[in-house]
Amino acid sequence: MWGRDAQLRAPYQNFFDWFDQEDPKRLRAKNREAEDLFRLTGITFNVYGRSEAEERLIPFDIIPRIISGSEWAKLSRGIEQRVRAINAFLHDIYHTQEIVKAGRIPREMISQNEAFQPKMIGVDVPGGVYTHIVGIDLVCTGPGEFYVLEDNARTPSGVSYMLENRETMLQMFPELFSKNRVQPVQQYPIDLRRSLAACAPAMADGDPTVAVLTPGIYNSAYFEHAFLADQMGVELVEGHDLRVIDGRVAMRTTHGYKPIDVLYRRVDDDFLDPLNFNPESQLGVPGIMDVYRAGGITIANAPGTGISDDKAIYSYMPEIVEFYTGERPLLQNVPTWRCSEPDALAHVLDNLEDLVVKEVHGSGGYGMLIGPTATKKEIAAFRKKLKARPKNYIAQPTLSLSTVPIFAKSGLTPRHVDLRPYVLVSPDGIKITPGGLTRVALKKGSLVVNSSQGGGTKDTWVLEE
Amino acid sequence: MLGKTANGLFWMYRYMERAENTARLIETGQRIALTRLNQSDDEWASVLQSADCLHGFKAAHDEMSRDLAVDWMLRSKDNPSSILSSVNAARQNARLVRTAITGEVWEAVNSAYMELKSALARKVSERDLPGILRLIRHHAALVRGVTHGTMLRNDIYDFARLGTFLERADNTARILDVKYYVLLPSARAVGTSLDNVQWESILRSVSAKGGFRMEYGAGGGPREIAAFLILDRRMPRSLAFCAGKLRDNLGYLGGEDDAGALSREKVAALENGLRSRSIDDIFEFGLHEFLQTMLNDLSGISRQIEQDFRFYA
Repeated sequence: MWGRDAQLRAPYQNFFDWFDQEDPKRLRAKNREAEDLFRLTGITFNVYGRSEAEERLIPFDIIPRIISGSEWAKLSRGIEQRVRAINAFLHDIYHTQEIVKAGRIPREMISQNEAFQPKMIGVDVPGGVYTHIVGIDLVCTGPGEFYVLEDNARTPSGVSYMLENRETMLQMFPELFSKNRVQPVQQYPIDLRRSLAACAPAMADGDPTVAVLTPGIYNSAYFEHAFLADQMGVELVEGHDLRVIDGRVAMRTTHGYKPIDVLYRRVDDDFLDPLNFNPESQLGVPGIMDVYRAGGITIANAPGTGISDDKAIYSYMPEIVEFYTGERPLLQNVPTWRCSEPDALAHVLDNLEDLVVKEVHGSGGYGMLIGPTATKKEIAAFRKKLKARPKNYIAQPTLSLSTVPIFAKSGLTPRHVDLRPYVLVSPDGIKITPGGLTRVALKKGSLVVNSSQGGGTKDTWVLEE
Repeated sequence: MLGKTANGLFWMYRYMERAENTARLIETGQRIALTRLNQSDDEWASVLQSADCLHGFKAAHDEMSRDLAVDWMLRSKDNPSSILSSVNAARQNARLVRTAITGEVWEAVNSAYMELKSALARKVSERDLPGILRLIRHHAALVRGVTHGTMLRNDIYDFARLGTFLERADNTARILDVKYYVLLPSARAVGTSLDNVQWESILRSVSAKGGFRMEYGAGGGPREIAAFLILDRRMPRSLAFCAGKLRDNLGYLGGEDDAGALSREKVAALENGLRSRSIDDIFEFGLHEFLQTMLNDLSGISRQIEQDFRFYA
């Protein structure tokens, strides 16, 4: 909320005027009210390996994070450029691999990458879209200075929190929305349905049938899967509801099997098809990949998109953006050392105390080292792991992240945040919902915002210009 | 609609109905215990039997007492039909069919679960029991109310109603069957105070006391009670009423492929069995035998619905 020179940043002015007039007691009561609301609507996530606390709430902070219209306009141009490049990159590596031929990315970065999906080679995906839904994780170091932390191009989650956080704020503080002109986010589910329908395979006629594929009610994000299916007005299916019939993927309805045109799957590639991928999978549909390759169904996101949000590929993103768009990248990458390269590894090993080291294929904040806050023992243990499998890691400096205020027991207090805007891609164009999910590290000084590690969320406002 | 969704809706409403009926049974049992003349716990065995959980109870307990019986029906995790288990199962099914029910229905089921879970976290004392039973009926009524008030009248609603009325018919038949000897004309001591309490308990356990009095005034004996709960088409918990609702809702579900044809045939047979008989015929046939046939037919219909509408792969 305060800029570097401790001056109140302009987009917050209006909000702060309001906040100063409020009784902290009332606000605290509102905060509890918000949590009751979340519990009632069932906005919970399941924590793996904790049977007694099967469903938990993600803590919600009532202070919105506010972004000015001009800041957002600049940011969204950068996001759009990046998403275009990612789709071009995916098409290229599964076809002629021009980027490898041009020497911009080493061949083994693709061919030896666990996330590269050989079954996708030569497949022409419906509408040319690979990443129908992208959630790009950004951090901010100052006004308008955003860095990309990660490109989530597989199945980014959390969009239901973006929507419910706004809904909650609207219910609790309606007066705030008449004083501030906040760009709406509520159209997201309808946009999502339109965007998915626009990617239907050529053989679909009329209004395409869309469905959401979930691993089931015990999945940590089940609430979100049900929420999105509900908001889109489409069926929520599990693997055992589906079957391949006459070259189509069909769902078992009370009146027999009905073909699906577009499947928004929230099941990982590996579990999608026991005949083509992991044979042990109970979550997928046997033979769906064969239907897909024959053009009988759209799978969103396409299998094999994981390679583009791989952390080793991430370090090549500036080259990727330039190669496919012919433009300089508008969004910056966090400088990244690839531990697979001997010089970089030496540098990382010498500076472990100052660096963040991540697994190339890790997610959810697990298995990483945060040098500045780690103990000597933790660093020593990590050094061993790093030396044993350097290829498995990348390292980044800790940026001097800007903070936003949260409403803590003691009043307003600064915390680190990230931002995940949601991007929809279809042949009709790229659509970015203004705002996104702001995740906040609730522990003082902490940089880890993942909900599985005790992070919270807050509403994100993009103001009208 | 997905077959899985139809299955989830059917069971969500069966379990909600079951929770409510069990609450009524406990209430009745408690009332009899407080008003009857001799002080034994036998009455609880017949209450458990009406709730179809006597067998499980006996497997878990060696002795019979009020406290044990009430706890078993109210909150035992080992009893799949206890109120706590039923509400939990209703909510699990509601999560499964979250996209089919309205937000308000979901919230009603979810808050029923959350409140009852905390209310039933500890053993319920005799003093707190009436309040808890009221809370259960209150939540069941809320779920029913938002269902009526917010759900589209489409196939989703039809499956919800099928679950409700199958469970309710099953329950009414069971209550009557456990107490059938009280209703037989040959029963000894007709008109004694003990008998009156027993008759009244039957009416209470299906919330029919007021309706019955409205219809029969101060009069009416076992024959009328049986007729009221089996054949009266205006009484919302009677077998005839439930059968009519099953017929209606199955009728809406037909469609071009005539899905549910076999279920409709079975319900037609059930209705025919009710329509073609007078209460005297039923007594002559044998009340117990008649109710047993009804219970068999009801579970046959439930299985047929499962098959006709592809609940399982």
